[in-house]
Amino acid sequence: MIVELGHYALILAFAVAMLQSTIPVIGAQRNNARWMAVAKPGAITLFLLIAFAFASLMRAHILSDFSVRNVVENSHSLKPMLYKITGLWGNHEGSLLLWVLILAIYGAAVALFGNRLPTRLKARALGVQAMVALGFLAFMLFTSDPFERMFPAPPDGNDLNPLLQDPGLAFHPPMLYLGYVGFSMAFSFAIAALIEGKVDAAWARWVRPWTLAAWIALTAGIGLGSWWAYYELGWGGWWYWDPVENASFMPWLLGTALLHSAIVVEKRDALKAWCILLAILTFGLSLIGTFLVRSGVLTSVHAFALDPARGIFVLALLVLYVGGALALFAWRAPALKGGGLFQPVSREGALLLNNLLLATACATVFIGTLYPLFLDVTGGGTVSVGPPFYNATFLPVILPMLLLMGVGPLLAWKRADLAGALTRLWIAGAAALAIAALTWWLHRGGPLLALVGMAAGSWVAVSVFVELGTRIGIGRNGMATSLRRLFQLPRSAVGMTVAHLGLAIAIFGITGAAAWKEEHVANLAVGQSLDLGAYEFRLDEARRIDGVNYWAYRGRFTVSRDGETVATLYPERRLYWVQHMPTTEAAIHTNGLADLYAVLGEPDGKGGWTVRLYREPLVALIWGGVLVMVLGGLVSLSDRRYRVGAPAQRRAAIATARAA
Amino acid sequence: MTRPRTLLVAFLAVLLLSGLGMAAHAVEPGEMLSDPALEARAREISRDIRCLVCQNQSIDDSQAELAHDLRVLIRERLQAGDSDAQVRDFLVARYGDFVLLEPPLKPKTYLLWFGPAAILLVALFSVAIYFRRRRNELAPAALSAEEASRLQALLADDADERAPRRDGKP
Amino acid sequence: MNPTSRRLLYLLPVLLFAGLAAYFLLRLGEHRDPSEIPSPLIDRPAPDFALPGMTAAEPGLARADLVRAGATGKVTIVNFFASWCLPCRAEHPLLSQLAKHTGVTLYGILYKDEPAAAAEWLKELGDPYAAVGVDAQGRTGIDFGISGVPETFIIDRTGHIRFRQWGPLDQPTIDGKLLPMLDELTK
Repeated sequence: MIVELGHYALILAFAVAMLQSTIPVIGAQRNNARWMAVAKPGAITLFLLIAFAFASLMRAHILSDFSVRNVVENSHSLKPMLYKITGLWGNHEGSLLLWVLILAIYGAAVALFGNRLPTRLKARALGVQAMVALGFLAFMLFTSDPFERMFPAPPDGNDLNPLLQDPGLAFHPPMLYLGYVGFSMAFSFAIAALIEGKVDAAWARWVRPWTLAAWIALTAGIGLGSWWAYYELGWGGWWYWDPVENASFMPWLLGTALLHSAIVVEKRDALKAWCILLAILTFGLSLIGTFLVRSGVLTSVHAFALDPARGIFVLALLVLYVGGALALFAWRAPALKGGGLFQPVSREGALLLNNLLLATACATVFIGTLYPLFLDVTGGGTVSVGPPFYNATFLPVILPMLLLMGVGPLLAWKRADLAGALTRLWIAGAAALAIAALTWWLHRGGPLLALVGMAAGSWVAVSVFVELGTRIGIGRNGMATSLRRLFQLPRSAVGMTVAHLGLAIAIFGITGAAAWKEEHVANLAVGQSLDLGAYEFRLDEARRIDGVNYWAYRGRFTVSRDGETVATLYPERRLYWVQHMPTTEAAIHTNGLADLYAVLGEPDGKGGWTVRLYREPLVALIWGGVLVMVLGGLVSLSDRRYRVGAPAQRRAAIATARAA
Repeated sequence: MTRPRTLLVAFLAVLLLSGLGMAAHAVEPGEMLSDPALEARAREISRDIRCLVCQNQSIDDSQAELAHDLRVLIRERLQAGDSDAQVRDFLVARYGDFVLLEPPLKPKTYLLWFGPAAILLVALFSVAIYFRRRRNELAPAALSAEEASRLQALLADDADERAPRRDGKP
Repeated sequence: MNPTSRRLLYLLPVLLFAGLAAYFLLRLGEHRDPSEIPSPLIDRPAPDFALPGMTAAEPGLARADLVRAGATGKVTIVNFFASWCLPCRAEHPLLSQLAKHTGVTLYGILYKDEPAAAAEWLKELGDPYAAVGVDAQGRTGIDFGISGVPETFIIDRTGHIRFRQWGPLDQPTIDGKLLPMLDELTK
């Protein structure tokens, strides 16, 4: 019954979305305040209806209601409760419901917290947001209904893919969706601005917090996915340039560019058309990613196995939203009046170059991901585009950007003194060289790129502090003044510092893990030891255990160095009963600076086990760095200036002054 | 256009590929060759060979049976004296270019390999044009002949009404 | 930059996107499994191989057999199969039907399987093969560029591979592609 109510709620949501996407937009066109006022309650109603639908499906999963097809196909009575909950979005239909829920959450949030938004902008933006929701609601209701019943109800379900029965992966989709679905809000704002024909500092100020929120979530989501791959897949790898990984990475790259160009629009009223285009393309890439994953056009570990019929529907949505938006852009953007001027060597120039490099990096990933498909269609026989390609083409674009990251924040607006900035950065350059030298001394015979990576990370890290020091006037004023200025720094500045630092940390991690990974694969019997560098791994025992919905072989390794026990590791090799799927649960010990990683393979039937041991230096810094980036974003998001919305405030203040 | 860029791409490729190989492996102990140099070559080649029954993994990473067969095959061919290129060609002859994780540099992949650099150059070029256009838009237009003579006249008038200099001189 | 070229510049994104959408549409229209790999062996001579039979008494299968069949005017179909392969079971009746086509000889290659198990399997389902070669290690499979079973190859009278079916045969493919090709080759 509740399931039917949930289904009905979804249908109602479709109807509300139809109204919400037309009335406020027409109202804004005609300057009809009553019609525009529909936007706020409309967005909230849309959210409540979809939330109810989501809750009803969640209830069905929690209660293991096997009369619902979605529950049958993805759940099992013995599945742990956490995965009963998170299994809702581990499939096509459920994840679509999560998709529209997050669309609605953002819409409702803007409706509730955007009180000082100019009325017309708000009405149009919420209208466009509802338009996007409308398409996806239609997709669900007509082709991918999660509320479909199944009679007679089978006694039990098919269980969730064991790979998804994992805490890291359970929360990876919601985070990702909060991210790249969240960019829909920037998209909606951009369309609203194009319809209005005006992009100004106020617009940029309204767009930034929502874009930042989405960026934070996407960063966290990608980090979670990568971390999961590291500890779950059993090879110590964490990024494969898999098409669907790329599908989430591309919006991240453009989203980062969008965040940076919005600054220029807000501060200097320049680069407007480019910023609008970025907002459209960022969400556009999210939509293209959705298409790639659900249409059956690509193979990937992530791809929902789907039929081309559904693919056509998603393609239609893609053409409607992205094609429509870009057509609107072609029509209206030329009228946007260009604003502040700036010299090529200036903060704006640096941000423009940053955008350029990020966009090129994104284009590189895009070409690599889609090229095999492209060749295939044109009948050229196909090729594989794997990590070697990306390493060769992506890195040369990112390295200059890292160099730029150090200099950019030190440049003044409008016209900057490059020589002065570079002079102040001498210490960052020195640090980079010193770290490179140290690296070479410690790891003679290691790859050359490791030196470059460590140098780049050091450059960014130290230049972040140089910028901070310059801002608070270290050395020029007294320590007391500098400290006072430090605590008075606007949060967005602190956020930038922290986020850039986070990237530097992640770069150290990436370099270490990629360059100096040690491994040893061998056949071990219980009681035998294996050496990995300075560490000795002894297999103490390997026995069979039973889990909640699986059984497993569990080994115990004692790891020692110079005779002293450093860690005890319990790797497992599980077999899930229902889906008959084996998974490896690697055992990882980290001391922050390096990870010791043990994997138990197959028994050879003669008392021996295939064992894989890895030592990955600095790999934990990758996720540490991502965490710090997220932190930086959160600090920046908490800046009062976003919530206050200065222009409206000033108008109010002037009005008060006049009245006085 | 092609030659210097090919060299650049090739150089970068060699530099970068020798640098960051993300080592991750499914090699069984029983497969490994006793000669460490040959084994290292086998691993290097395997990292570039796609596992055809997996989704985006190399045969070095995959536990699939076909991956195992191909790993063993590569080692056999290396022991028989094939060069790295010959081993790759052997596999490409049977499975096509698709089996290589690093797309070969052929006319059909020029767009792939040179695309990124081309895009960067186009972008830089556009930005240069953008800056030049802004500069031109704001450069003061030359004065017409009439305006020039008016300006002269005004300046001449102005000279008579100039404020006295502070030091008293005319 | 004059207004016209400026407008064209703004049109560029939507035009590029239109191209992308068209290309996606084409790809969707193909209805092909993305994990299917196009074979580089089409129009090339069949690889050399010599495989033993399922029992000591049987002669097995070698490239020479294909050549001989071609010389007598027959088109050969080589089908890789295994008893542990479920789709092979599904395509078996269709394959048996094909074997009866005039001018066609069907050969089988047992891929990474126990001959005893395969013999059972063939006894249960029927043996449509003129001869079967046992590829215990899977090397011949690799030489043919297969990535699993079943895979089926059509080899013309001159010993060149003309068609490769990745995965099990189905009626639409047989009616749409195989039969016309067989008619063409047996002319």
